[in-house]
Amino acid sequence: MTIVGTSGLILNEKLLFEHSASGRKGYSLPKLDVPEAKLPAALCRVEINGFPELSEVDVVRHFTRLSTWNYGVDSGFYPLGSCTMKYNPKVNEAAARLPGLADIHPATPPHLVQGILELMYRLQVALAEVSGFARVTLQPAAGAHGELAGMLVIRAWHEARGSKRSKVLIPDTAHGTNPATAALTGYDVVPIASQGVLTLEEVAAHMNDDVAALMVTNPNTLGLFETNIEAICKLVHERGGLVYCDGANLNALMGIARPGDMGIDVMHFNLHKTFSTPHGGGGPGAGPVGVTEKLIPYLPGPGVECDGDQFRFESANADSIGRLMAFHGNVGIMVRAFAYAFSMGGSGLKHASQMAVLNANYVRARLEGAYDLPYKRRSLHEVIFSDKDLEGGCHTLDVAKRLIDYGYHPPTIYFPLVVKGAIMIEPTETESQEILDEFCDAMIAIAGEARDNPELLHQAPVRSKVRRLDETTAARKPKLRWEENP
Amino acid sequence: MRYIPHTAGDVSEMLERIGVKTLEDLFVEVPESVRLKRPLDLPEPLSETELLRELKTLAAKNATTSTHKSFLGGGAYQHFIPAVIDLLVSRSEFYTAYTPYQPEISQGTLQAIFEFQTLICQLTGMDVANASMYDGASACAEAVLMAVRLTRRKRVLLSRGLNPRYRAVVATYCRYLGLELVEVAVAANGQTDLQDLAAKLDESTAAVVAGYPNYFGVIEDVAALVEGAHQAGARMITAVSEPVALGLLKPPGELGVDIVAGDGQSFGLPLAFGGPYVGFFAVRQKDLRAMPGRLVGETTDLDGQRGFVLTLSTREQHIRREKATSNICSNQGLCALVTTIFMSLLGKQGLREMAEQNLAKAAYARQKLSGVKGFSLVFGGPSFNEFVVRSKEPVSAVLSRLEKAGILGGIPLGSDYPELADCFLVCVTEQNRRDEIDTLAAALQGGVA
Repeated sequence: MTIVGTSGLILNEKLLFEHSASGRKGYSLPKLDVPEAKLPAALCRVEINGFPELSEVDVVRHFTRLSTWNYGVDSGFYPLGSCTMKYNPKVNEAAARLPGLADIHPATPPHLVQGILELMYRLQVALAEVSGFARVTLQPAAGAHGELAGMLVIRAWHEARGSKRSKVLIPDTAHGTNPATAALTGYDVVPIASQGVLTLEEVAAHMNDDVAALMVTNPNTLGLFETNIEAICKLVHERGGLVYCDGANLNALMGIARPGDMGIDVMHFNLHKTFSTPHGGGGPGAGPVGVTEKLIPYLPGPGVECDGDQFRFESANADSIGRLMAFHGNVGIMVRAFAYAFSMGGSGLKHASQMAVLNANYVRARLEGAYDLPYKRRSLHEVIFSDKDLEGGCHTLDVAKRLIDYGYHPPTIYFPLVVKGAIMIEPTETESQEILDEFCDAMIAIAGEARDNPELLHQAPVRSKVRRLDETTAARKPKLRWEENP
Repeated sequence: MRYIPHTAGDVSEMLERIGVKTLEDLFVEVPESVRLKRPLDLPEPLSETELLRELKTLAAKNATTSTHKSFLGGGAYQHFIPAVIDLLVSRSEFYTAYTPYQPEISQGTLQAIFEFQTLICQLTGMDVANASMYDGASACAEAVLMAVRLTRRKRVLLSRGLNPRYRAVVATYCRYLGLELVEVAVAANGQTDLQDLAAKLDESTAAVVAGYPNYFGVIEDVAALVEGAHQAGARMITAVSEPVALGLLKPPGELGVDIVAGDGQSFGLPLAFGGPYVGFFAVRQKDLRAMPGRLVGETTDLDGQRGFVLTLSTREQHIRREKATSNICSNQGLCALVTTIFMSLLGKQGLREMAEQNLAKAAYARQKLSGVKGFSLVFGGPSFNEFVVRSKEPVSAVLSRLEKAGILGGIPLGSDYPELADCFLVCVTEQNRRDEIDTLAAALQGGVA
């Protein structure tokens, strides 16, 4: 068995502030070519206390060393479930850096920015086609921001009809952002139990005149397709509600089935998941939102319109929920997603979804038996195991930490909450059979180690820059910044 | 497809191991009735060459800071971007990683965020800063929500001098939360009108929000605003969309501000038609547990080495769900890293020097432009790198005349401020050379004023 993880020379690095030396500088500005100006002294600070003073070399070495303490998709396999850590194509990065796309001021008059408006328009249309919605807004900055946009649209639609519904149904498998968003739009959350997938009966039991919407994720966070989705949407609609879909898992369905065709009214995309834009250590992402025809008036504005061969921002619309960002959203991320969508084409996107589902099912087939598989239904792009059968007093956390020693980024753990000790694996389509085999071999070896030598798991990781960290003290005595004299 | 490694042989071997015959069999759970029974209506895949050709064609249709002399600001600023930045953030260990959920293999991201939090605290004079928000406007909206949570009051006063786009985003976030948003007038000097503020402040006021500098480039009398807000038991929020100003201005923390929300775009991020930028968010220690967003804290590992972790996450959506302080999950991590590198390079001296250059260039431009017949300055309050110009000639005519001379002369104010329909907002940074400012003045002169 090939073990990817090994030890190497890692360099220590202090904090920026601990390097600082008075008078050192890492910048150059042109000589001032106009007379100096002064503000009244009462308005001015003396200096920025504590700000570092470093040379360019200091800064370059500092961040280069820090980067080597990280693990990215380019380092190796990153099966973080629900996050779709697929390969981030390099041409996307080149695209976003083209000066004609990167150096545009957002307040430039539309007739001078026809190129970027055309790109945005074509991306809106492409996303609408992939999802089956009538219209897409690109403005939200991330998935949760898209949820906020979508739930505000739903609320605006209800209010416009004079409906004062106050509740939102959310299954127990949902991402935490779903209930948090519902609360932010002024709704009370009603959690509903799922049996792996939602049943029509369970939804019917909760669906009444006070329920504004059901929020679902499809495929859900167990990797299972919501098989009753059509009937559920029909029921929710008949009782006056709307259906929101968290599109985090769209990578399973491109070219296979479209949420807009299932009866779903609103869905957000995560361009940083499905459309290959980098996760950036926690963003920036982009969370476009698709809606059905009747909800178009309520979308955040302004979107991009096309009149023949001219592109423009749509004019103000009184029904719109308003703006969610100061400008037009994370345009640099849209450029990357555009590059991906048009590199892949329609056939390529479908192929991506097929291979993503193939990979997840392959991992499932290889690990079933070695790990407990709580849901036996055919799953799609991700698979959830649990630590139930693990021996030696080992738990999911120990498996995750031991995987680090083997050279892998751990899967998502302890989520979804309905599976005790969940291990959520999403390989994505950009991994080869060989990589999956090596990973599965490691997982099986770790289950064996748990039985034969559990200390290996309890002590793990031992090959990383730091070992397990004391999170309790971090939370009990928070130290959230460097201070000169703490 | 070059991003997908599977050969036909791999696929059949894997299907066999799974125990199904075809790829279609993997999708048995997707009911026939919802299947898409046609190919997606998208173009054929493009090769890298074709794609770049197409993108370059689109790129060539845009006016940029290279094709035009630009005096546009209003919340997005043209500044110096050191070459170091893009090279460092292109290290794929940074940009292809995700949220540092596994701290042992994410120490690079975590230490950088800890440094970002520290730099933002130093810059703003506040106690605690989070790991970033989407942009300045959404950070401002989250600040309002936080003040509402802390005070349990429902009324929020927004200065009319606050960036209108920020006000719009605050309104969107607050739409269904039963809050009352009230506008406070701007005085003749361009600062928030303190009398109007005093008249509108009451015991139900949760927060007062003003820009620093404000949308007109004017430096608010923050101490006076703080005094008013605190007398009424409300929180003072300042929104900083041009953080370069803080190289020179008194930090909001020193002036008694409770929450600072801002945008870090000026610190090394390209204009990119409006994003991705990065929101920053800083508060007082006592309000720590009410703040939104991720936080990184210092701790030690099993061997006693220093290390960093995500902490205090019981405030956040993945733990607290509907009771969380915000729904935010992904933020703008890589953009926060950009600003961290920028602040490290510029440092104590550099940020001050850059701020002084902005101040001097704008002062020069104010003087040049106000000397042109038919044009005058609107506000007399102290200003930083933006100012409002009134024109006798219709603003649209002026700006299109400048455009023909290759100049993006400013942002017309009429759509956001009907009372300023004859005005536009001019921004001058260290990137505008003296001769560009002279060209702008000469081009204005060329009109039939």
